[in-house]
Amino acid sequence: MNLQFVLNGKPWRVECEAQETLAEVLRNTLNLNGTKVSCEVQVCGACTVLVDGAPVSACTYLAYEARGKNVTTIEGLEKPDGTLDPLQQAFIDEFAFQCGFCTPGMIMSAKALLDENPAPTRAEIIHYMDGNICRCTGYVPIVAAIQRAAQAMGKETKK
Amino acid sequence: MMPLRRFAMHQPKSVAEASQMLAEFGEKGRLYAGGTELLLAMKHDLLRYEHLIDVKTIPGLNKIELKNGTLNIGGAATHRAIEHSPAVKENLPVLAQMENNVANVRVRASGTLGGNLCFAEPHSDPAALLLALGAKAHLQAKSVRRTVTIDKLITGSYETSLGADELLEGIEIPLAGKSQRAAYVKFQLKERPTLGLALVLDVDGDNIKKAKAVVGSVSPMPTESDKANGLLTGSRAQVEKQLLDAAGALAQAADPVDDLEGGADYKRHLIGVFLKRAFIKALA
Repeated sequence: MNLQFVLNGKPWRVECEAQETLAEVLRNTLNLNGTKVSCEVQVCGACTVLVDGAPVSACTYLAYEARGKNVTTIEGLEKPDGTLDPLQQAFIDEFAFQCGFCTPGMIMSAKALLDENPAPTRAEIIHYMDGNICRCTGYVPIVAAIQRAAQAMGKETKK
Repeated sequence: MMPLRRFAMHQPKSVAEASQMLAEFGEKGRLYAGGTELLLAMKHDLLRYEHLIDVKTIPGLNKIELKNGTLNIGGAATHRAIEHSPAVKENLPVLAQMENNVANVRVRASGTLGGNLCFAEPHSDPAALLLALGAKAHLQAKSVRRTVTIDKLITGSYETSLGADELLEGIEIPLAGKSQRAAYVKFQLKERPTLGLALVLDVDGDNIKKAKAVVGSVSPMPTESDKANGLLTGSRAQVEKQLLDAAGALAQAADPVDDLEGGADYKRHLIGVFLKRAFIKALA
């Protein structure tokens, strides 16, 4: 089938099959390898991308579902001049990743959270990020990075 | 990556058309509402279908609306939509709160209420709460409609009373007045609940006039017990003394099973702990 959607702000048209997942189309057809695939059963969150602002598991979400929608992946976060998104910068500043495999999913989930709730409490961050699993860094710096990004983005909007 | 076997996707424009497709494809076809359960089973090759029928393309099947003192939720409404719905938050906060804790945020964004109930995975949060709230399911096959209670919809582990060409249009939940107190509490270590306990009380001052306690996830179907419900009515002080007996009756009715989420004995114990928690939360 012919799939049309907006990917990281640009309209795209790709040929895909009904059974192909969004992760397969992103990684195999479009060569966007930032979206990681790990558990493949919607548990770990490594493959999180945003569809119309909502986080989904690209590993199990059919590409078909993205028709006519806005898809944002980790590749779509940095600005055209190369400036990192406040979340990406905060993950670096807080040392919130070690191996980095869960990081794109972590950042995309955190982005969805901050878009919905720009000033979340620590408890709200933990509840929202509950479905994103990290197996090496530990969650403390990840939560700290999200808090730091929320603060940075809050200052940005106030300017 | 774990690829899915090839299938065709169909987009019905009405419930009748979807029913027609079900009849036509027979065992080679299945309804697809969000895929959070179905696609996992298909990835593991536990289920094979050549045709998926996307019920989300049926206009209006995802609506959430108040009508004549009831809350009506279409079968294709996502957990996320229910969780964020102002109508739900205002009129039935216990439902919004339960939905806010289903699986994870990504499953809530694509999984639907109808999919959850009709796939009938035994570890279901919505099934237990909806049974306690006295919800009804509206089913339709071509032009024939029927309405059943949740315990008549879910008949076993992954089993429902749905006919081969029948689908769930929506759920209707009665909105009891201000005398209703409700709570849903659960115990969960992994992706699915070990136990969910829903408690719905009708109170008048310190007196509990009616009670409905449902335990879900511990056995194939959500369960209630008339004996437990009886022990949960009376003065608050009296019911507090009977909580453990009520939990015992509920555990006996539910007959918990061993599974990956916990052993039967442990689940029996948890029923006592969580009935108490639900009671405190409902009356807080």
